Amino acid sequence: MKPRFEPQRGGGFRLRLPAAERDMLRTVPGQLRELMGGDLDAPDLRRLFPPAYESDAELQEEYRRLTIDDLAERRREALQVVEETVDADHLTEEQLTAWLGVVNDVRLVLGTRLDITEDSYQRPLPQDDPRFAQFALFSYMGFLEENIVEALAATLPTTD
Amino acid sequence: MPLSTTIARTAPAEVERPTGDTRTVPDLPWLVIVWNDPINLMSYVTYVFQKLFGYSFAKASKLMLDVHHKGKAIVSSGSREKAEFDVSRLHAHGLWATMQQDA
Repeated sequence: MKPRFEPQRGGGFRLRLPAAERDMLRTVPGQLRELMGGDLDAPDLRRLFPPAYESDAELQEEYRRLTIDDLAERRREALQVVEETVDADHLTEEQLTAWLGVVNDVRLVLGTRLDITEDSYQRPLPQDDPRFAQFALFSYMGFLEENIVEALAATLPTTD
Repeated sequence: MPLSTTIARTAPAEVERPTGDTRTVPDLPWLVIVWNDPINLMSYVTYVFQKLFGYSFAKASKLMLDVHHKGKAIVSSGSREKAEFDVSRLHAHGLWATMQQDA
């Protein structure tokens, strides 16, 4: 099967996603946007807005005050890009980078909700578990992200 | 044995806070630390290190494996400003990064 994200010689990436996957992705930005429209201190979002200073409350408060709005806004912009390009055949590098951000953000939120640990990957949830759907989405996002990273990494300067 | 009885009688009622940042030591560099987490993909972390810091794949991979196996790794260091900038970029990419002064 051809790669989902294929670097093109002229620039950008050819996007090949099965319809079912596009449909799954279609639901994602709206849900994340709703979460981010609420309290940014919500526990589900703690991996999106983590602390910089662990032992200085004052410096941490200053850091948060200075960075949180910009951080949230950039994430919202990425959500919009995915919404606008979920049915596209071609993505620019900038658009694919936005996809990467959204996919990773979803993994962080779901992973937090599901209380994912290193062991979780070896013990997938049974289908009758109420969290199964979320876990399936989490797993799929991981698969998609591996594909995106592979495509984008090919564009990095290879000075080894 | 406390020294406080002598100091209490001679110290001024209000301590004047000197100008400048007394919470941090000016000369020590700030370290940017990335912590292991069970969510981020190893390939993704490596990619972020390459992208943000211009590290080669080899160096970025090694750093990522340090994070993975040792629980954390120092990814950059410098002034407080630079460290905050690096931390905020890492946060924007969903990595768990903190900063502290070199002990």
